[in-house]
Amino acid sequence: MGFFDRLKDGLSKTRKGFTEKIEQLITGYATIDEEFLEELEAVLLMADVGVHTTMQLIEDIRGAIKAKKINSPEELRPFLAVRIGKILNEGMVPLARATEGPTVIVVVGVNGVGKTTTIGKLGHYYHDQGNKVLLAAGDTFRAAAIDQLEIWGQRIDVDVICQSEGSDPAAVAYDAVQAAKARKADILIIDTAGRIHTKSNLMEELKKIHRVISREIPEAPHEVLLVLDATTGQNAISQAKLFKEAVNVTGVVLTKLDGTAKGGVVVAIKADLGLPVKWIGVGEGADDLRPFDPAEFAEALFSKN
Amino acid sequence: MVFEGLADKLQQTFKKLRGRGKLSETDVNEAMREVRVALLEADVNFKVAKDFIAKVKERAIGQEVLGSLSPAQHVIKIVNDELTALMGGTQSRITVSSRPPTVVMMVGLQGAGKTTTAGKLAKYLVKQNKKPLLVAADIYRPAAIKQLEVLGQQLEVPVFSLGDKESPVVIAKKAMEHAQAYARDFVIIDTAGRLHINEELMGELKAVKQAVKPHEILLVVDAMTGQDAVTVAEAFNKDLGLDGVILTKLDGDARGGAALSVKKVTGCPIKFTGQGEKLDALEPFHPDRMASRILGMGDVLSLIEKAESTIDFEKAQALEKKLRKEEFTLEDFLDQLQQVRKLGPLENILGMLPGMGDLKKLKDVQIDEKQVKRVEAIIQSMTTQERRDPSLLNGSRRKRIALGSGTKVQDVNRLLKQFDDAKKMMKRFQGMSKHKKKGGFKLPFMQ
Ligand SMILES: Nc1nc2c(ncn2[C@@H]2O[C@H](COP(=O)(O)OP(=O)(O)O)[C@@H](O)[C@H]2O)c(=O)[nH]1
Ligand SMILES: [Mg+2]
Repeated sequence: MGFFDRLKDGLSKTRKGFTEKIEQLITGYATIDEEFLEELEAVLLMADVGVHTTMQLIEDIRGAIKAKKINSPEELRPFLAVRIGKILNEGMVPLARATEGPTVIVVVGVNGVGKTTTIGKLGHYYHDQGNKVLLAAGDTFRAAAIDQLEIWGQRIDVDVICQSEGSDPAAVAYDAVQAAKARKADILIIDTAGRIHTKSNLMEELKKIHRVISREIPEAPHEVLLVLDATTGQNAISQAKLFKEAVNVTGVVLTKLDGTAKGGVVVAIKADLGLPVKWIGVGEGADDLRPFDPAEFAEALFSKN
Repeated sequence: MVFEGLADKLQQTFKKLRGRGKLSETDVNEAMREVRVALLEADVNFKVAKDFIAKVKERAIGQEVLGSLSPAQHVIKIVNDELTALMGGTQSRITVSSRPPTVVMMVGLQGAGKTTTAGKLAKYLVKQNKKPLLVAADIYRPAAIKQLEVLGQQLEVPVFSLGDKESPVVIAKKAMEHAQAYARDFVIIDTAGRLHINEELMGELKAVKQAVKPHEILLVVDAMTGQDAVTVAEAFNKDLGLDGVILTKLDGDARGGAALSVKKVTGCPIKFTGQGEKLDALEPFHPDRMASRILGMGDVLSLIEKAESTIDFEKAQALEKKLRKEEFTLEDFLDQLQQVRKLGPLENILGMLPGMGDLKKLKDVQIDEKQVKRVEAIIQSMTTQERRDPSLLNGSRRKRIALGSGTKVQDVNRLLKQFDDAKKMMKRFQGMSKHKKKGGFKLPFMQ
């Protein structure tokens, strides 16, 4: 299976709900009238795109109709695909890599979104590409979180740096950076405990982890990935905002796209906060991670078949 | 994307209408646009919101505005009443079987918080002198069994597990025998998170249900869930027949519209809410509080209740009087800060206040211990006059105060801004509580 097919396969559920509805819309209407736009608005809202961004997209469409750029419902899908693709694509940069020494990736997010699982998958991806990968069990808070990452380490055949439950996560990060340097690892991925973004003490803890890493390697962490659950609605915007403020998030991993949730909120997150999606999670296995390609994503969302 | 509380928005919308007799269709339509946005931003399902609005509209048009309320308040009252009713007027509890053990099964999507909630529920039951048995039936997620075992140890509640090689059906059955033999009166089965569209895994849950006939099948739903909540709840309900819902992660700033959606499609009551990672952070569900939270009006009632049990009552009354006379000073501000600190993490408290759910404002008011100390120092470096009338504080005075308190002028400025915000907020509070019956700190539309 080629990459595009795999992506499409992973996204098929997302695409189905979304495009089927758009398809129904398009075949059900001869002209774009108010009723049609209302229906379209419903489709976007139900995909969790959010009121604000949806209104904007609808305004864009109105503008395009006026300017005769859209003349029939048929022309709407390509217009939307391009429009959303553009929002998602703007300012995309490739995954950061250290010029020398280990590339440090810190993974953050609220509880249960899939951080640890994503780290397992991500570790697997880099390992598969021939990198020496090291994982760090920075969730020292949740019961058995360390064991969970260790099991992933065994599964993907990668070493895991850890201390005992309850120890200082910044100390784990410090140890891990030292180990990554000493063992000449290419990639170090650091897990963190899930935290609700409004709890300032926990966000401070995250900043501390960040500081400790930067002290050891000035450019590090090279990537701070925020894991968002596609099932999450508009609260994801608040999560993105506050995590970004605290630790300078560089990208989003959108998980659980194998369900029926559409994850449309990432469009708003990109539009409002400039945070790009870098990876998507489409299952619980080690292979269920895909690099996010905005064009392909938009394409897959709106493609005809 | 700054979200202003619905109350604020409606006040603005209705400013021009103040004092009119009846709610016209135009008034109501205008208001309902705002309500719709509020509901959608709170993640209430699109269709649920639509039905809801239609119903409220019908009720509101032509209504006489109560003499004591502004039109905005009146519409909010109607919306709030209807929302509360929709979420199930009163609290509901866990059914206790007359022939123990009572069997409770936790189900839900991945990452919803089932395992933690199972632990919390066990603790809740222990507190009522019950003897729960936790059952580790999540054989898929790495270390899920271990997680439950650790929780069990912390709670001193036994955990039944057969490792991850036996099927959940076998585990559940054996757990029942174990519970009988050891006279445990509650059995709480933790199951693996699964997607509602995964037929195989949904079939497994059906088989567990078949095998142990749970008295309560509880769907654990993350309060941050978006539009998909209805699809998920519908599927779980169809396959298993749910008895109740537990809404988790309400300690964040999610407005929790999923509560409404889930209630609407399953008809099941929400029995508990999860309010934090600690094992005692399980609380009963209050539809009225949830209603104001969804509307972005803050969890005023929770705050009042909490405040009443923590804050020095006389001081609070004195403060209320001051507020009414608009005599709230920096001294009171300091005093209040110190009191509020006793209530717990400040962001939780502020999140409960109307208009404070918005994080941008919240950030300015977010205060930690160190900052409270700093505020203390700054206020103490002011003269009595300055404390009573901050408008006196010109540049040179501010400089002096900064010097005296070992802070920077920016700190002084920030404090004054915070004070100003607090004052504004309280004014709004006061405005809304003007029509209250005596005592208490209630909004007029909350019975
Ligand atoms: N279906 C599905 N489940 C996922 C995905 N990513 C993570 N999960 C599951 O979500 C649950 C929580 O994941 P975990 O990594 O422990 O979350 P953390 O608390 O953020 O570290 C686990 O049951 C994972 O297997 C995904 O892309 N799809
Ligand atoms: Mg984790």
